[in-house]
Amino acid sequence: MELYQMTIHELHEKLLNKEVSAKEITDSVFSRIEEVEDKVKSYLTITKDVALEQAKLADEKIAAGGKVGPLAGIPTAIKDVMCTRGVRTTCGSKILDNFIPVYTSTAVQNLFDEGIVMTGKTNMDEFAMGSSTENSGFFPTRNPWDLERVPGGSSGGSAAAVAADEAVFSLGSDTGGSIRQPAALCGIVGMKPTYGLVSRYGLVAFASSLDQIGPFTKDVTDCAIVLNHLVRHDPMDSTSVKIDRPDYKEILINDLKGVRVGVPKELMAEGIDPKVKKVVEDAIKVLADNGAIVAETSLPNLEYGLSAYYIIAPAEASSNLARFDGVRYGYRAPDPDDLMDMYMRTRTEGFGDEVKRRIMLGTYALSAGYYEAYYGKAQKVRTLIVRDFNKAFEDFDVLVSPTSPTVAFKIGEKVANPLQMYLSDICTIPVNLAGLPGISVPCGTVDGLPVGLQIIGKALGEETILRVAYSFEQNFNWSEKPKLETRD
Amino acid sequence: MEYESVIGLEIHAELNTESKMFCGCGTHFGEAPNTQTCPVCLGLPGSLPVANAKAIEYVIKSGLAVGCGINLYSIFHRKNYFYPDMPKDYQISQYDQPLCINGFIDLDMNDYQTRIGITRIHLEEDTGKLIHIGGAGRIAGAKYSLVDFNRAGVPLMEIVSEPDIRTPEEAKAYAQKLRAVLITLGVSDCSMEKGSMRVDANISIRPKGSTGLGVKTELKNLNSFRSLQRALAYEIERQAKALNEGKPEEIVQETRHWDEAKGATSTLRTKEYAHDYRYFPDPDLVPMEFDIAYIDFLRSQLPELPNERKQRFIKEYGLPVHEANLLTESKAMGDFFEETAKLYKGDPKAVANWMLGDMSYYLNTEGLEIDETAVTPKHLAELLKLIDKGVISGKIAKEIFPEMFETGKLPQVIVEEKGMTQISDEAEISKIIDMVLEENTSTVEEYRAGKDKAFGFLIGQAMRLTRGRGNPQLINRLLREKLQA
Repeated sequence: MELYQMTIHELHEKLLNKEVSAKEITDSVFSRIEEVEDKVKSYLTITKDVALEQAKLADEKIAAGGKVGPLAGIPTAIKDVMCTRGVRTTCGSKILDNFIPVYTSTAVQNLFDEGIVMTGKTNMDEFAMGSSTENSGFFPTRNPWDLERVPGGSSGGSAAAVAADEAVFSLGSDTGGSIRQPAALCGIVGMKPTYGLVSRYGLVAFASSLDQIGPFTKDVTDCAIVLNHLVRHDPMDSTSVKIDRPDYKEILINDLKGVRVGVPKELMAEGIDPKVKKVVEDAIKVLADNGAIVAETSLPNLEYGLSAYYIIAPAEASSNLARFDGVRYGYRAPDPDDLMDMYMRTRTEGFGDEVKRRIMLGTYALSAGYYEAYYGKAQKVRTLIVRDFNKAFEDFDVLVSPTSPTVAFKIGEKVANPLQMYLSDICTIPVNLAGLPGISVPCGTVDGLPVGLQIIGKALGEETILRVAYSFEQNFNWSEKPKLETRD
Repeated sequence: MEYESVIGLEIHAELNTESKMFCGCGTHFGEAPNTQTCPVCLGLPGSLPVANAKAIEYVIKSGLAVGCGINLYSIFHRKNYFYPDMPKDYQISQYDQPLCINGFIDLDMNDYQTRIGITRIHLEEDTGKLIHIGGAGRIAGAKYSLVDFNRAGVPLMEIVSEPDIRTPEEAKAYAQKLRAVLITLGVSDCSMEKGSMRVDANISIRPKGSTGLGVKTELKNLNSFRSLQRALAYEIERQAKALNEGKPEEIVQETRHWDEAKGATSTLRTKEYAHDYRYFPDPDLVPMEFDIAYIDFLRSQLPELPNERKQRFIKEYGLPVHEANLLTESKAMGDFFEETAKLYKGDPKAVANWMLGDMSYYLNTEGLEIDETAVTPKHLAELLKLIDKGVISGKIAKEIFPEMFETGKLPQVIVEEKGMTQISDEAEISKIIDMVLEENTSTVEEYRAGKDKAFGFLIGQAMRLTRGRGNPQLINRLLREKLQA
């Protein structure tokens, strides 16, 4: 087994035992990047110099007998939506092609402080708007399971990088499913924590009330390890929660006895590919076979979730993305006639179609005379969905569903039909609207393409969903790996 | 036809907190451009705001000081519009749930009293400053523009009045009273010159006695209380003229720019260019929630406010209402008065008379505030003492004052330098009176014949001979004695 194939906890043990150095691990991952990146296209920027420097620091610390945490020396890919000081941060957009931040986002800094090795910044749908990474302003990323298919999105680069062993783990951001859906489509673990659990400071905002940073990992144990270091109160983020963080790794036990698992019928209904549904039903059976109490439940207002999301998220985005105006940073259209011409051309030339579509949607939804009918009503729907979840959690410890209604689709298949694309997130969006934690774990394949099981918890219920995910992983024993080929 | 004007003021006051509204940057005025900035107030991608608790406290205190109700639940909204002085292209402001609502300010207008309602006070962030290079100094036609974000994100309080103001004088009095309140609270410097207090006025006119509302215009660029009063007076006249000449179409809902030099307003932008600000609650900030105990605590911390001080001046110093009103118009005036009265120990009314007379005259002439001159309470108190002791006459004091005002020399020093001491030597005065009596025998006759006026003439002659330095009481007594002898 190559070093680049290993998990965080496996590599950490080898580092502590001095079997390998951080340099060797880093070299191994970069050799893998060199080998497969042309096929997968996970990265927008590769930061080998930074990585080697960080690996050296980690090795020095280990050699000096210093105490190092479980992330020291671990090659990590960062979604290009998180600011990294001195390293180009594009958000997958031409408008930020030349943007080099002067500060590092809190979440990334927390990992830097733990001694990670940053391999690079990963590809994504422009400003995290999309479900396939085809909306990247630069190039699409390929699914390692089938290079003709999408890796999901918007954090497609981060998901593909881990699936293709181009990083040991990675960070993504999830506004409507942008971690969980690509994790499912790439056959890895991806988690969106409770809103407010991980600082958003330095995460370039798409929809502020929905965005949340989370990890992509090769297994649930790694997910818990990374979460341990992402969760930290941040005084720079007003929405950052203050909690006594449990040790998420310590609470991982393989025990489902008495765990009450609800299956919302709305998330197993039409619109879910029957083959995907079958795989998920089998996965739920694994939970039941291991002692979980499984029952069907209902979230009646879920059917309005997608509509509400496509009001709220674009509304917030229309405001968040206003700052990309050519005045202070990023792209500026050359030789503008006047201020208005500069604004118009900078944004027309700098943004891609999907971003423009959502800015227009959001601007319209907030306009005088339409606010109540759209934004106001969408917020009410949001409240109803929160109530639905609260009610369900009176009877259940976790809720489960498919993460994505389909397996990875072909590149170009849904580009011409935005609504079809939006439906990719039908199972994940309600979780963001309610601010809840959700995790996707691989639960099998359909026609050789991975399927994800989504496990949803109560607010701050990370321990419970991690435990269920871990137990599932231990009892399901799935070990298929992508072959980085084109299937037919 | 006789018209009545309907005026409402929107007053912005920068809060003098140490740090900005949503980040830790400093707020000092006049620093090198863009040196007081950080990712947050530059609106860099990914940065987030954290509300300044002190600024919130200042606004609540301001609200309490003008009788507002405090919303125990209040939120920030985003006001969206594009402009290069605004780093995020939206301003964090408040919309339908401001911190303070329904307050008032009572005004004493000499011959009547009036109450001006305050609709709301809300908290927001200031913008940066633009400098346009080339062209007419406006953004249109400029070759390029420079932007300084030092001011971007400075906490700004907006105080919106009800349209209760009826005259330019009331508008000025309201703005001044509000300024006095805010300075007394210590929440803002309220400097119109530095732009830490900015006044916009909405004005319409209607036939006197009518209750309807005319078409209103908004006046901007009112950089002093004088501008405010003049601009309103101009606009009232302009609107009245339009109506009288049957051209109501000349009054349109628009923003008008006051040109202080020309003494006129002109169209800045019309309603078609009005923005749709697309207000929505800022998802980056959490709601502000207060309990009543906290509000009560802040209320208990309020200092003596201008109207309370006015009442105390009337009671404690025996000042007439009008004088007390003027002296409490600004905190600095009131402080100066009290300090002088304390040092002087004589009749406080004399202090008031000097302050509102000569002192105000020179302040107005020079366009200075009382705390911007070389004259201190010590100067005025000593001047008054010199008069009381008979060292100088009131007339001499009036001559000394401008020099004291200009140079900051103490009155005693000026008196000595110029030899302006009063002549109180009885022998010397006696000699002078004898001269006067000799030279004016016919007037002396008239006096003895019962013509009282003649006495004054003789006094004047004696004063002339002493070149104004003779002690008036002494001259008076000795003259009377000699005439009766």
